[in-house]
Amino acid sequence: MVLLQISEPGQSPEPHQRRRAVGIDLGTTNSLVATVRSGTPETLSVEGESHLLPSVVHYGEEVLVGRKAMEFAVSDPLNTLISVKRFMGRGLEDVKKLGSRLPYEFRENSGGMPEFRTSAGDISPVEASAEILKLLVESGEQALDGGLDGAVITVPAYFDDAQRQATKDAATLAGINVLRLLNEPTAAAIAYGLDKGEEGIIAVYDLGGGTFDISILRLSRGVFEVLSTGGDSALGGDDFDRAVATWIAEQCGAGEDLDPSRQRSLLQAAREVKHQLTEKDVAPIEISGWRGEISRDLFSRLIDPYVDKTLRACKRAIRDAGISSSEIRNVVLVGGSTRTPRVRDKVAQLFGKTPLADLDPDRVVALGAALQANVLVGNKSGDDMLLLDVIPLSLGLETMGGLTEKIIHRNTTIPVAKAQEFTTFKDGQTAMSIHVLQGERELVSDNRSLAQFVLRGIPPMIAGAAKIRVTFRVDADGLLSVSAKELTSGVEAHIEVKPSYGLDDRQVAKMLKASYTHAKEDMQARALREQQVEAGRVIEDLSAALNQDGKELLSDTEYHCLEVALEELEAVRDSSDHRAIARHIEMVSKTSEEFASRRMNASIRRALAGHSLDEVERDF
Amino acid sequence: MTALESPSNYFDMFSLPTSYDVDLRQLEHRYVNLQKQFHPDRYAGKSAQDQRLAIQYIADINQAYAALKSPLLRAQYLLSLAGVDASHETAVTRDMDFLMEQMSLREALADISDAADPFAELAELEQKAVASFNALQQEFAGHYAAGDLELASESLAKMQFYSKLLNEVEQLEHELDEL
Repeated sequence: MVLLQISEPGQSPEPHQRRRAVGIDLGTTNSLVATVRSGTPETLSVEGESHLLPSVVHYGEEVLVGRKAMEFAVSDPLNTLISVKRFMGRGLEDVKKLGSRLPYEFRENSGGMPEFRTSAGDISPVEASAEILKLLVESGEQALDGGLDGAVITVPAYFDDAQRQATKDAATLAGINVLRLLNEPTAAAIAYGLDKGEEGIIAVYDLGGGTFDISILRLSRGVFEVLSTGGDSALGGDDFDRAVATWIAEQCGAGEDLDPSRQRSLLQAAREVKHQLTEKDVAPIEISGWRGEISRDLFSRLIDPYVDKTLRACKRAIRDAGISSSEIRNVVLVGGSTRTPRVRDKVAQLFGKTPLADLDPDRVVALGAALQANVLVGNKSGDDMLLLDVIPLSLGLETMGGLTEKIIHRNTTIPVAKAQEFTTFKDGQTAMSIHVLQGERELVSDNRSLAQFVLRGIPPMIAGAAKIRVTFRVDADGLLSVSAKELTSGVEAHIEVKPSYGLDDRQVAKMLKASYTHAKEDMQARALREQQVEAGRVIEDLSAALNQDGKELLSDTEYHCLEVALEELEAVRDSSDHRAIARHIEMVSKTSEEFASRRMNASIRRALAGHSLDEVERDF
Repeated sequence: MTALESPSNYFDMFSLPTSYDVDLRQLEHRYVNLQKQFHPDRYAGKSAQDQRLAIQYIADINQAYAALKSPLLRAQYLLSLAGVDASHETAVTRDMDFLMEQMSLREALADISDAADPFAELAELEQKAVASFNALQQEFAGHYAAGDLELASESLAKMQFYSKLLNEVEQLEHELDEL
């Protein structure tokens, strides 16, 4: 019997160069970038300043980001975009529901997506986010002394598909290779779990500037299993500010119709009050000649409706996790808004224990993202860390009568694929409209419409005879794709779900192009560098695979074919023709498809055979 | 592209015997082991093909694990292996006692919102439903092991009723919280 050689998991035969990767927390109020150095994650300073970059973009003669942009908040409100995360992946209709007092002028683009009217033209939330990301990436590149190989970007766990896609689009615009979209509470749990060696069930309560997440996780020997998640992607500290601003406006007799500049100064005053009240019992207010004060008690009353909303989401998450709250060992606080004493008190009351905030609640998400990025980019073996995350909201289809049929339920572990069969309603029906929805409600109109497409060419049959299988696939980023197939005829349709309010690929390409018009050679150089890096990766990967399993899984001819394809790729990789490199990469991957499948199948066989071996006397 | 040669039977995917009585600890252990090896995160630096294959395999594993872990889905799956479609409440029971019980539980649930202490009554109802559900699991396992698919289907139909009731209890609890 020939014994198989199996290398230690995660260890590649040859040590490779250390790769540059960062974790990015793209927040509503502040954003951060972090990286792992000497095994420890640390946040990086941005433009030599503080680590917290205000998520603010100002469009003037030039584009300013961060504190410099913030200086224009009151003097030039319409060109100063704040908290754009609240608008990501949303339609203009949703935006109107976010609150009547928004100091912006909106216009609706062709896709129903809101754009801000600025003096630099109409700007989508995706473009503004891309500006923030670009600055963070620059800081990462400076700190790591070179171009980044990839980044993990965090999103609120409760973000729906459209919001996730919008975030990924922003990263594409910023020229980032996205290793993974990671849920913010999960990122916090990683940082926490690895730092404190925490085991057991924990709850992560994450209240940021504009989003709220609650995740219940089980931590066990490096496995981070999300049991349930819940939240509200339009609830956060911004709501506290607005509640206080409304109160101040009432007190000082300001009318409903404030100009944007006055709105901004009111909101800033409110925020200042909120910050003071974390330390003091009373905060003075002075705004355009009006003086007053606000007590902590009054502040609590103003924000309680929002805090209570978060608590209800917590209760549901506990139920969804199938546990009782006494089983939760620790509650971890994340997000700047958890500094508010009222929030801490109420959370403590609900869970019956004092929540932990040992790690800086502003930084912990970025730190976790950096740890994950370091593993995904290949610097560290991932053996001591496994993330099992879930989708936050159910995915389904519209059926007769405007009802939603759920295909994948909320809190299902991702990646996941699920198919369901449907049939025709009328005799001779040759097309079927497929409406993809996200949400928990029964009525279609109460859920989020993600996409619509039509499966045509169904052969005419009597009603109920056709069999249409619709397959939903959610990848590890939580992004959905849907395909439909008529089984008796084999007619097929497939879409990557491009959310109703997102950008389509053409728009992204156009924006990318526009951002490079000033430097055409920049774009060329970038494409070349990307292809060269990719070629290097493919060569390294396939050579290692051939060394390991080639002789065993391939015939001599097959082996030879792959070697030739590899040699050809080697020959062009250092040329300056990025198209030729891309062509050869494509050729290599076509030639090696079969080999990849065989390798995967061989590993699955080994894993199944190993099942009975690895359990001897192991307490799990 | 060649398809994955992963076993199509959910139990085989975890090298477990095809039976209603599953060793849940072993199931979880093997699930985590497969995840540790094949999770897409492990393939982040690999070729697009390898990533696709890993996602495909892990999506299958996730689906299988979810089905085997749940007492209800596991019963449904076993019957589907035997050619009985039990995903919808098609089986009708003629068990009069059960029908009576069904009615009285539904009434109890409908009246809870007006009760003096709705949460206490909900908890009581929940406890009852859980006890009945657990007893039915035993019943199902027995019928299935004895090869009596008809009786097994009937037990499953009853399990489905209790599972649905428990969902409604949860939903009501949620609604009461919102008030």
